[in-house]
Amino acid sequence: MAGQQRVYKQRIGSTKSMQQIFRAMELIATSRITKARQAVAASTPYSRAITRAVSAVATYSDADHPLTTERAEVRRSAVLVITSDRGMAGAYSASVLREAERLVVRLREEGVEPVLYVVGRKGSAYYRFRRRDVAQEWAGFSESPRFDDAREIGETLVEQFVRSSSPEDGGAPGVDEIHVVSTQFVSMVTQVPQVNRLLPLEVVEGVEPPSGDELLPLYEFEPSPDRVLDALLPRYIASRIHNALLQAAASEHAARQRAMKTAGDNAEDLVKMYTRLANQARQAAITQEITEIVGGADALAGASRS
Amino acid sequence: MSLKVQVVSAEREVWTGEATMVVARTEEGEIGILTGHVPTLAVLGAGEVRVEAPGGGVTAQVDGGFLSVEHDTVLVVAERATVGERASS
Repeated sequence: MAGQQRVYKQRIGSTKSMQQIFRAMELIATSRITKARQAVAASTPYSRAITRAVSAVATYSDADHPLTTERAEVRRSAVLVITSDRGMAGAYSASVLREAERLVVRLREEGVEPVLYVVGRKGSAYYRFRRRDVAQEWAGFSESPRFDDAREIGETLVEQFVRSSSPEDGGAPGVDEIHVVSTQFVSMVTQVPQVNRLLPLEVVEGVEPPSGDELLPLYEFEPSPDRVLDALLPRYIASRIHNALLQAAASEHAARQRAMKTAGDNAEDLVKMYTRLANQARQAAITQEITEIVGGADALAGASRS
Repeated sequence: MSLKVQVVSAEREVWTGEATMVVARTEEGEIGILTGHVPTLAVLGAGEVRVEAPGGGVTAQVDGGFLSVEHDTVLVVAERATVGERASS
């Protein structure tokens, strides 16, 4: 009986030490959410400026750019999946991957070949385990993405997009569309996985279209609208990806904080349950000992009387 | 009347303030902006953007990017930008 008590004691000890780890991770995640949200806020002026400029060029000039035109036939479509590097974040990576899976199935039904690009070790592991081909993967910055990371991803994707997907052109085929599957940070308790189409661009936000009577263009372009658009669009893509990465990072920390809080609460419940069981076992052991002593004393008394 | 100037990099807003003149290097040459300038979008080359203000001013180092002018508001946007104070001249 003492053996069982010892087992309970051990369980209580290990659960308590895990609980401390959960608590520490929860605190770390909480402090990092603030930092991640500040990073999102700090990058807003840049993305707002660039979005405004892009919509200005698109509205005030009739510049036709390869990045804004829809392809007549869509054969291959890039899917950028943004997951985390580490686990312990509840369903964070799993829900992004589920959303990505849904998109892949939809694309296949439309007769489009999906090409996967993955950010984060969790996503890479998921596709490697299922032996699915991944065109390129990036890892190591899911918790605090820098702009350079976003630019690298953006350059890779734009290069694939500019290349045609038609087989008669020879060489490695490119893609006709680029989708991004990432998690949007809505609030501390709500993070939504979502799919956005990055390319071809749909520039809608911002500047109002010029009214009919206005003859002069509102902006002067230096050196020319085409060149300005050429310079702006890759930056715009990078800025969009940067924003997606930052939102994903904030969501990851929020998801981890919640998961760790739940784990800590569960650990507390377990400790409570094991403490009760240990007490029960101890009581049982004492009761048995008393029964044995009483039984022994009775037997001795009976023996001496006869 | 003075210009409102904002220098923005990809990761944060670097500098914001008032100025009398902004001089930047575009791909085709230097461009100077005073108040009342035509709305413009210009592609910048790597180099300096000089922001002249009554009490000195600042110089921003940019790695390309672009510059937009509208309604006396100048936006200098670059992936990387740093700003250094300059002694009053």
